[in-house]
Amino acid sequence: MSGRARVGVVTFPGSLDDRDALRAVELMGGEGVRLWHAEPDLAGVDAVILPGGFSYGDYLRAGAIARFAPVMREVASFAARGGPVLGICNGFQILCEAGLLPGALIRNRSLQFVCRVVNLRVETSTTPFTSHLIAGEVLSIPIKHGEGQFVGSTDQIARIEGEGQVVFRYCSPEGALGDEWNPNGATNDIAGVRSEEGNVVGLMPHPEHAVDPDVGPTGGQPIFGSLLAELLAGVS
Amino acid sequence: MKRRFEVLVSLKPGLLDPQGKAVEGSLPAMGWTNASNVRVGKHIELTIEADSEEAARAQVEDMARRLLSNPVIEDYRILAAEEVGR
Repeated sequence: MSGRARVGVVTFPGSLDDRDALRAVELMGGEGVRLWHAEPDLAGVDAVILPGGFSYGDYLRAGAIARFAPVMREVASFAARGGPVLGICNGFQILCEAGLLPGALIRNRSLQFVCRVVNLRVETSTTPFTSHLIAGEVLSIPIKHGEGQFVGSTDQIARIEGEGQVVFRYCSPEGALGDEWNPNGATNDIAGVRSEEGNVVGLMPHPEHAVDPDVGPTGGQPIFGSLLAELLAGVS
Repeated sequence: MKRRFEVLVSLKPGLLDPQGKAVEGSLPAMGWTNASNVRVGKHIELTIEADSEEAARAQVEDMARRLLSNPVIEDYRILAAEEVGR
């Protein structure tokens, strides 16, 4: 085993942030592996990222068509075996459509595409992507989406909250919650959730755009850092 | 036999529909002050080739449930199957 964890990034037709995700993995010390939507093969990677963008033009619903891509069967069985899977923005929408994460993402309350840096409060360290973070820490990470309002049935939201499946919430720079800090109307300020087992995580903000101090905030670093540290600890 | 179906997909009643709200907000500006509860949904038309009406409808149900709508946030209705030719 080499010293670098291998993290696969899936490119769908219409993916935009696959290269940034690969670059973020490499900047943080991992090996980025390109995966293709039409290939039912994960190339033996240690973790999978579904990147942002507008897969299949977001036709019908965001993520609705991408979930049927051949690679997604492999992603689902990888997730079922406990493999770490991260969905970012469109990737989050795909994971929800695929039933790998609870809830759904609908049009922003404002009806407007929102593109700016937000503050995220870490709610749990019980995922491979937040294992080196402490609940309550605040990360600065950009968002850019038109359909990021997280919703679910009343029962679903109660279960997500009750089981501690909320991973990130939109908040003030100090970590306080409030409507003025919620950019899209998401239920309970939810920006990211995890599966019951914790190995599948989705979030609307873009950690892959927040790893290089030369171009903006660096709130994405500990997310990739947690994953890579977990993977290396697991294989050594 | 080919049959034509229409599938209406709408956001579940409990969910805020920002598109409906925006449309509703613009109606009074055009003089229509008596319109309320505007909801925006999707209308999907499709043709199914199947041996029977029942088989065709069952298939459309399956399609509506698994792809055309997301049961977490949407309801669907299937309208008038009409024979459109052989």
